[in-house]
Amino acid sequence: MVPELGQFALILAFCLCAMLGTLPLAGAATGNRLWIGLARPLAAGVFVFLSLCMLILGYSFVNDDFTVLFVAQHSNSLLPIQYKLTAIWGGHEGSFLFWTWMLSGWMLSVAIFSKAMPDDFVARVLGIMGIIGAGYTMFMIATSNPFDRVLPLAPADGADLNSALQDIGFIIHPPSLYMGYVGFSVVFAFAIAALLSGRLDSAWARWSRPWANAAWAILTIGIALGSWWAYYELGWGGWWAWDPVENPPMINWLLGTALIHSLAVTEKRGVFKSWTVLLAIMAFAASLLGTFITRSGLLTSVHAFASDPTRGIYILGFLGLVIGGSLLLFALRAPLMKSEFGFGAVSREVFLLANNIILVVASAGILLGTLYPMVYQAVSGGDLISVGPPYFNIIFVPLMSLLVVFLGLGAVSRWKKTSVAYLKQQLMWVAIASVVLGLVLPLALTLEFSIGATLATALGLWIVLGIVQDIRVKTANKATRMEGLKSLAVAYIGMQIAHFGFAVILLGAGLTSMYSIEKSVLLAPGQSVELGHYEFQFEGTEHLSGPNYEAERATFQVLREGRFVRELHPEKRVYVASRTPSTEMAIDAGFTRDLFITLGDERESGAWSMSLYIKPFVRWVWLGAILMALGGVVAVTDKRYRRLKVKTLAKESDTADKADGYQPTAS
Amino acid sequence: MKAHRRKKLTIIGFIATGLAVAIGLSLYALSNTIDLFFTPSQIAAGEVSDGQRIRIGGMVKEGSVEQSQDSLHVEFVATDYSHDLRVRYDGILPDLFREGQGVVVEGAVANGVFEASRVLAKHDENYMSVEVKAALDAAERDRAMPVMATEGGASGT
Repeated sequence: MVPELGQFALILAFCLCAMLGTLPLAGAATGNRLWIGLARPLAAGVFVFLSLCMLILGYSFVNDDFTVLFVAQHSNSLLPIQYKLTAIWGGHEGSFLFWTWMLSGWMLSVAIFSKAMPDDFVARVLGIMGIIGAGYTMFMIATSNPFDRVLPLAPADGADLNSALQDIGFIIHPPSLYMGYVGFSVVFAFAIAALLSGRLDSAWARWSRPWANAAWAILTIGIALGSWWAYYELGWGGWWAWDPVENPPMINWLLGTALIHSLAVTEKRGVFKSWTVLLAIMAFAASLLGTFITRSGLLTSVHAFASDPTRGIYILGFLGLVIGGSLLLFALRAPLMKSEFGFGAVSREVFLLANNIILVVASAGILLGTLYPMVYQAVSGGDLISVGPPYFNIIFVPLMSLLVVFLGLGAVSRWKKTSVAYLKQQLMWVAIASVVLGLVLPLALTLEFSIGATLATALGLWIVLGIVQDIRVKTANKATRMEGLKSLAVAYIGMQIAHFGFAVILLGAGLTSMYSIEKSVLLAPGQSVELGHYEFQFEGTEHLSGPNYEAERATFQVLREGRFVRELHPEKRVYVASRTPSTEMAIDAGFTRDLFITLGDERESGAWSMSLYIKPFVRWVWLGAILMALGGVVAVTDKRYRRLKVKTLAKESDTADKADGYQPTAS
Repeated sequence: MKAHRRKKLTIIGFIATGLAVAIGLSLYALSNTIDLFFTPSQIAAGEVSDGQRIRIGGMVKEGSVEQSQDSLHVEFVATDYSHDLRVRYDGILPDLFREGQGVVVEGAVANGVFEASRVLAKHDENYMSVEVKAALDAAERDRAMPVMATEGGASGT
């Protein structure tokens, strides 16, 4: 009975979405205030009913209701409670519900935190999100209903959650990734609302900036968590694999990064208007394409769910409809988006334009590599190829290096026009210091020259020293340094934190790629092996029983130059219900290096095969991502976005209305 | 007006350069980094020259896995049930490497034996790269056995 209530709630959520996607939009177009006023309550209603769906599915999981197909496929009576609850996003149907629920959460936030915006604009934003929500809920009802039953012959016990997913990473990675992903539909809705209303001034850019920053920050964390999880769960010591399903969030992140920079230009200078709108559409399209790639089964990978062609066709159709419609609207409204080229050849606008081009090119390159095997197969009549990490590295590394050069220049240069002499005066010492230190530091620490380490260090320092220089200049006029720091705008501080985080990622990624070492060996208990400065002593294994698995647990003593560092315990598990083996890494995490052991298998002689890794600076990759996200969050908290006077808004919308011949409906 | 046009041209130049660089890099990268995929039958037919980096796929033949007791060396036979291919590997096999299961191996042919640099096993249906899946499908087709549909999803009542 209870799952059927979930089904009803889902259908009601669809109905509310359908109303939200029509009435407020129609109201905003015709000036019907009653219909405009429906937007916020309807958004809240969608959220309530989708929350109800989530609660009911969670209830079915906790109560081991194996008559529900989705529960039977992804849970087991032995599964620990935290995984029973999070198994909601352990499969296609549930994760789509979770995804849609996230969308409704964003809708509710827009409904709540939009007091500064005119009602008709909010109605349009929520209306667009309602259309998206209607598409998603319809998709669930038609092809992937999480409340489907297996009656009358329900299984006695569930098939269990995939053992690779039974981990803390699974509890936190999908929610943050989905939330960031779905967040870009808010920015998309803002862009489309702006196109619909013809109000393409800097006001809509200012309204959408906090949302774009928030979605971007959450997506950053989501991707970083996925990378961290893959690193310690998949057991090959890597933190990024260019997996076909890792790539779409990366594409989305790159486009999102371009978008938040382009929005800044549009808000501050009123240029790049059409480009910003196009980026918002592209970022959203990328998120739909990512969904399509994951759900269609065309590219299966770590993340792929049981595939079903009808789902792929549905998503592709939805993608075509939404994106085609948006682009058509974009084309119709293009004349409204004329920007004056009010900036010089050397100016912050130009550097940010370069930033945007590089980011878009990088995402296009990754998209090409991701889809190439599929296209090749279709064109060559079934020949299979794989595009691996080398391709992506060749594309990505040079482009990101170039991006860093422009980042340093753009961050110190001024809007409208900057003299080359000024840039030289500001950045000459930064450039010299970063190149010299980039050459010297890795050489002094490792006694060998490596072009990669030099490049990474120099580029990282170029950003960091550039930040130091800029803050020094910006605080120079105040009596004390502290006072100077306090006078900096919150959004500016956010930007510098994020840029600093980017430098940290760059250093971490560069140095760990250069200096990681690994060794695979066969060791009998009592034997030891040396790697780098460390010695690993294998003490033996013992048997262990977990809640839903049996394990062999090994003990290692790690020594550095004869001194004890720590004991490590990698495990080899076999999950009882699914009989799948799983390797649990042992990691000694550190600020400057990680030690990492993974077990292979036991031989008849009692010896174990194993891999040992030393990965310098690998933590910096995730530390940097945390800093970037923090920067994004700090920028969102800038009061500037909320202090807007209704009066100035009214004035802005008036001018926009005149341009459009549009009658204001809300004052 | 002229300055305006010049700026527009600069920007178009920017974009054109960016695109050219991107296309150049992509094509260069793709031409050098793609791995072609072959089945044991294709290798038996001599379609691959020695030393060429490729991927192969097939089933691990029952009873064919021989592990050395004092090193990480392992040998097994990958088969598509019409031809066999002996594979040599030095390293740790993935968790779900099993006899009678699908496997994809990266490496090169040397004197009729496949020297593997990386072994990817079929994990469960939630854990498989597109090449692995295609390899298994190819192997299954070659076996000319009925493939059971194992689609999950909207099949409940």
